[in-house]
Amino acid sequence: MIRFDNVTYVYPTGVKALNGISVEIGRGELVALMGENGAGKTTFIKHLNGLLKPTTGSVYVNGKDTRTLSVAQLSRIVGIMFQNTDDMFFLPTVEEEVAFSLRNLGFSEEVVQRRVDWALKFMELEKYRKRSPFLLSGGEKKRLALAIILAWNPQVIAMDEPTVGQDNAQKEKLKEMIKQLNLQGRSVIISTHDVEFVAELRPRVILMSRGRIVADGRAEAILTDGELLSSCSILMPQVAATVSRLADLGFNTKVISVEDAIRSIVDGLRRLEHTRGA
Amino acid sequence: MEIVKVEGLTFTYSGSDIPALSNIDLSIEDGEFVLLLGPSGCGKSTLCRCLNGLIPHFYAGKIDGRVIVAGMDVSKTPTYVLSQHVGMVFQNPENQLFSLTVENDVAFALENLGIPRDEIRRRVDFALKAVGIEDLSKRSPFELSGGQQQKVAIASILALMPRLMVLDEPTSSLDPVSAKSIIDTIFKIKKELGTTVIVAEHRVELLADKVDRVIVMQKGSIIMDGDPREIFASEEVMPYGVPVPKVVSMAKGVNKHLKVFNDVPLSPEEFERGIRGFVHDKVR
Repeated sequence: MIRFDNVTYVYPTGVKALNGISVEIGRGELVALMGENGAGKTTFIKHLNGLLKPTTGSVYVNGKDTRTLSVAQLSRIVGIMFQNTDDMFFLPTVEEEVAFSLRNLGFSEEVVQRRVDWALKFMELEKYRKRSPFLLSGGEKKRLALAIILAWNPQVIAMDEPTVGQDNAQKEKLKEMIKQLNLQGRSVIISTHDVEFVAELRPRVILMSRGRIVADGRAEAILTDGELLSSCSILMPQVAATVSRLADLGFNTKVISVEDAIRSIVDGLRRLEHTRGA
Repeated sequence: MEIVKVEGLTFTYSGSDIPALSNIDLSIEDGEFVLLLGPSGCGKSTLCRCLNGLIPHFYAGKIDGRVIVAGMDVSKTPTYVLSQHVGMVFQNPENQLFSLTVENDVAFALENLGIPRDEIRRRVDFALKAVGIEDLSKRSPFELSGGQQQKVAIASILALMPRLMVLDEPTSSLDPVSAKSIIDTIFKIKKELGTTVIVAEHRVELLADKVDRVIVMQKGSIIMDGDPREIFASEEVMPYGVPVPKVVSMAKGVNKHLKVFNDVPLSPEEFERGIRGFVHDKVR
């Protein structure tokens, strides 16, 4: 679906933001791109729809080199939600915002209406159709940005720091939406340093530092590796940080969810009781 | 002694029909560390603005009730007087910084107050040291990272040595390591100087074991107010979408199988202590 082949990207200022990135992301994968500010996450995402083209190396989307396609062509395959969604709205109502890009992409008016209805319903924004986007709350604006992208039905959805500035309830909702989009067979890529959010989503984690990929694997493996995380200035999620303190008692420490942690601790304590009883 | 006294406070922004705050009564003691929780739009920021006089002096709207801070009626006290007692840090530190160097930014308010030069020097050094950015004093605030900028914003407030610090989501744009460092700094200041701190923040994992009191807001009202251990352990917070530290959920879950915890832990350290205590008493 997406392939980075030894990609290096140097900004005109001379900053090398990506440094030899090679990675593949398959259809229907859920991926969290993690790393501290400046690790190269946003630069990576901008390569997905050709907003940036590699300085050296190549990015392939559905087998095609992004240098051979326009941003508009790539955007039909990869929809990107940027961090600052406020900047993207400019029309008087929510429904017009969603319809705008569909009309630009040349869909018939009947299809536009159907897709607007579907996207607003999916993002739970129907009741705001006639409202100005600027009157929405922060969480609603994020959902509108996502509705706009969803309306074109891209196969890949990428989100840059979707949880920043979102409260608990908004994050819960976002998590459910990401899971649903992924269940519908879309590849979903989120860039984030929100470890608690990633621990709940349990995706494949690609860990970046200074323009390089330093680890790539299941969330359970990466988010429980304290040494690796701290080398990238990332804290362990609280569940893993807590259970890792009890490693000497023989507990299973490769856990990142509350449920798994409870099982690990209860099993561990029972085992200790049993050993003592015997 | 009471440093904040809010009585029957209702505030409606002009252009809105719904009050952002309705009938708030609140009393905060000198030296308390208070965590303000609640979903976006619940009134946390509005309450913060009422404490430093931005409301009613800068935001238009209809206000009822009284806000007394450090013995002064906020609505009758000019903000330049209030600012000597209440320091405010906003979500977006960039909006607060404007000087060519970090130390000029930190000194700015002191110069405005006509404080003698050597006293300014002393306070600036103290504030930069307190937040751990002495090495950045000659840098431009605009070339710093978000976390460093947030520390500059906090230092410029600290230099005023306010009795009360109000921080509205001070870590919202920061990565977890910077966020932890900011929270640890605030806690250290509170402990060493006895400053009263009110902080609105979603990252309960970082704050639960440090604050003295948690206030939960919902739709412009205070719905819970009390000891963090009681609030986070209570089943009542669940429907309000209040974030609960993971260690609390873990301890409750473990207790359903084995009675390990008498009180819910608020940090990984407390959780560990609970488990080791149980192993010591019951297992070995």
